[in-house]
Amino acid sequence: MISFLTSAIEFGVIFLLGCVGEILTEKSGHLNLGIPGIMCMGAAGGCLGVKLCYLASPTPNAFLVVLMGILFAMLFAGALGGIYGVLTVSLRSNQNVTGLACTIFGVGFTSFFLNNAVLTEGVSANLSQAGLNFFNAPLPGANSLGWFGTIFLNHGVLVYLAIVIAVIAAVTLRYTKAGLNLRAIGESPATADAVGINVTRYKYTAIILGAAVAGLGGLTYVMDYMNGIVGSTVDQTIQGIGWLCIALVIFTMWRPALAILGSILFGALYILASYIKGISFVQMSLLNMIPFAVTILVLIVTSIIGNRETQPPASLGLSYFREDR
Amino acid sequence: MDETAALELKHISKYFGSVAANKDIDLTLKRGEILALLGENGSGKTTLMNMISGIYYPDEGRIFVNGEEAVISSPQDAFRYRIGMVHQHFKLIDIFTAAQNIVLGAGGKRGISHINEEVKEIAEKYGFEIDPKKKIYDMSVSEKQTVEIVKVLYRGADILILDEPTAVLTPQETEKLFAVMRAMKADGKSIIIITHKLNEVMAISDRVAVLRKGEYIGCVDTAGTDPAALTEMMVGEKVTLNIARPKPHLERPLLEIRDLTINNDEGSRAIENLSFFIRGGEILGVAGIAGCGQRELCETIAGLRKAESGGIYHEGESILGLSPRAITARGVAMSFIPEDRLGMGLAPSMSVTDNMMLKNYQDHGYGLKEEPVSEDDPPEVAKKKAARNKFISFLNRHCPFVDRKKARAEAEHIIEELDIVTPSTETPVRRLSGGNVQKVLLGREILTEPNVLITAYPVRGLDINSSYLIYDILNRQKEAGTGILFIGEDLDVMLALCDKIMVLCHGKMMGVVHADKTTKEQLGLMMAGALDLEEEKGKPMGVAKDSRIGEDQA
Repeated sequence: MISFLTSAIEFGVIFLLGCVGEILTEKSGHLNLGIPGIMCMGAAGGCLGVKLCYLASPTPNAFLVVLMGILFAMLFAGALGGIYGVLTVSLRSNQNVTGLACTIFGVGFTSFFLNNAVLTEGVSANLSQAGLNFFNAPLPGANSLGWFGTIFLNHGVLVYLAIVIAVIAAVTLRYTKAGLNLRAIGESPATADAVGINVTRYKYTAIILGAAVAGLGGLTYVMDYMNGIVGSTVDQTIQGIGWLCIALVIFTMWRPALAILGSILFGALYILASYIKGISFVQMSLLNMIPFAVTILVLIVTSIIGNRETQPPASLGLSYFREDR
Repeated sequence: MDETAALELKHISKYFGSVAANKDIDLTLKRGEILALLGENGSGKTTLMNMISGIYYPDEGRIFVNGEEAVISSPQDAFRYRIGMVHQHFKLIDIFTAAQNIVLGAGGKRGISHINEEVKEIAEKYGFEIDPKKKIYDMSVSEKQTVEIVKVLYRGADILILDEPTAVLTPQETEKLFAVMRAMKADGKSIIIITHKLNEVMAISDRVAVLRKGEYIGCVDTAGTDPAALTEMMVGEKVTLNIARPKPHLERPLLEIRDLTINNDEGSRAIENLSFFIRGGEILGVAGIAGCGQRELCETIAGLRKAESGGIYHEGESILGLSPRAITARGVAMSFIPEDRLGMGLAPSMSVTDNMMLKNYQDHGYGLKEEPVSEDDPPEVAKKKAARNKFISFLNRHCPFVDRKKARAEAEHIIEELDIVTPSTETPVRRLSGGNVQKVLLGREILTEPNVLITAYPVRGLDINSSYLIYDILNRQKEAGTGILFIGEDLDVMLALCDKIMVLCHGKMMGVVHADKTTKEQLGLMMAGALDLEEEKGKPMGVAKDSRIGEDQA
């Protein structure tokens, strides 16, 4: 049970990062269906960052390895987010089509990048060789505080980073002027524009920052959950996770704070099947379906209640052009 | 008192394409006065105001604020010059509170929590009623407007522009607004108010500036003028147009509207207690300022919008609540040309042929012919034939394929008939010129051989020649016995083309007049709400004496 909860949190933060990234993007009025691809890019970038450290020195500084992983993950993911931004903000292309294209690109790129032995050989080999995955290092007290330590302290740095990011996002959106401006843009860019908010700058910032955060989700999967071992189906798995992240955004009704709980629930549901012994393939498939089913349920319930606060940003998916009348 | 004008416009012009929206306009707003800007639809009032508030940039001319030349190229610039505009369509974020909306983008040093007090301060000063913590979606229209005005004041505006602020308000709310405006004026603010309602102009303004067709006509002191003089300035001299008007041959009413009440999308009244009728073979014009419920009326007749109360009768039978297709099948056709022309009725990227099919694809069956049952047929043969005909019509109705050949023939037919200029029947409609697009729309509606044709703004944006072709088409329909409801903009055209003209003012009927017995001034006064024939005569004019509706129905 304890190991189940630990794993649920560990897996949940992957959802959390993808979900918070997508919330930031959607709050600016842009539906980014490229999140699965962007998370893949994060994984690829993270692997490259870590590998560069090991290429520079056989026994690199632990802090540097983690930092390089994070930086490169955000860089790669942010770059794809930037491409999405240029296409949808400046060129006003259709957001759905562009997002799907980004997913196809990101997944394909990662598949090529990580399955190319020359590029990735070093990553997984070096991590196990060093005997310690720096990304996985638990907090002090993890082993001495009983079940509490095991569940809450026994995680790598990315898990805590994810929760910190989610809290910052929630506070920013709710209590700061920048957050107010961003939400205004997602609701009605024309109104925001008329009161002098730089709509384009906010949109780019939200999209690229959102992509970078989501990219960390991909990094977490590879470095934390998979312990730095890059399998040949890693791109497919992350893609699946990416779609669930988008579902999670709806499930949490565009609230980063709720996303912390929602992601742990999704994480638990995702790994549940492998913790129940002796179930058939059909039962397993049904279990895997639960996150999607509850998302639909949430959609139905919020639609029926019809509270304006739980609805998506009003101009989500619409391009904004000032001179449109 | 400082005599420099708060705002001065010199030789301002603005062109959209080759159309001049504003031509060489001079306007002066004195400090601490309320200036009313009066003009018909499309006279360029809003365009002019948008140039002051930074939405548009003038092509020619200069703007002076407090005697110094000002370059206003964005709404932020306008705020720097302390100019604030309250738009006709509110720019508010629904899910935010009033205070959040007010502070949005203002970039003040103080936090959001302090705003509530500041808002209350402003509200008390001018006599607003506002709850800073209330969410916009919980607010009434007048509360939303208050938020908009406070938002502008919060940013320190000294020059306020109100674009048709009273259009959405009840008379009581209008009174409140005027009280606030007077308080602002007493505080030294200068206000420009755009309105169509002459009685409001007389009640609130110090001076009135009149625009007509993008040109500046003049500026007069309110105290030294009267509604009749203003109307004359607004509508101008009557232009005699050479539009043919064949004499209508009277028939019994085809379409009757009884006590119809309709709400608009925001839930306020669009049409109130409207009664009128259209006979076959006549053109009934509908005159009114834009947004007086014309669109809602059209949509309700066509079955696209729910009516709150009242009835619509076609040849004596109620069509209220029928599906749009059922209404079309009864012979009521509608062609509505919205402002963007392509918005309603045609699919822009589909070809002429495809657009023909949109409306009547259901008739394009296998083309199987039914065999007529003649009187000499023995009963069993007749019975057999009837059964077979039933089967054939079933097949035709449920044919999964569309008959492109027939549609193409129809497209070719209207292209030839209406002289539509297009490379082929397969050209996407969006690539045709405006006039040709409108002809395609009108042609398709006529093709269904309607007996009632509703057409809204059919000549919108067309040049003279294309307009005359459209009038010609309408007249031919009229001579064929179709009853036409013509919702128009240009009074000269309506006076020349229509047989009768019904005037709407904010959803209320002001009266029905014969086009050859009325004057442009009379129509202008009615449109502005200054003349109500309904009240004068004390009986509803829009009820036919020889109605097809039985007493029990009506």
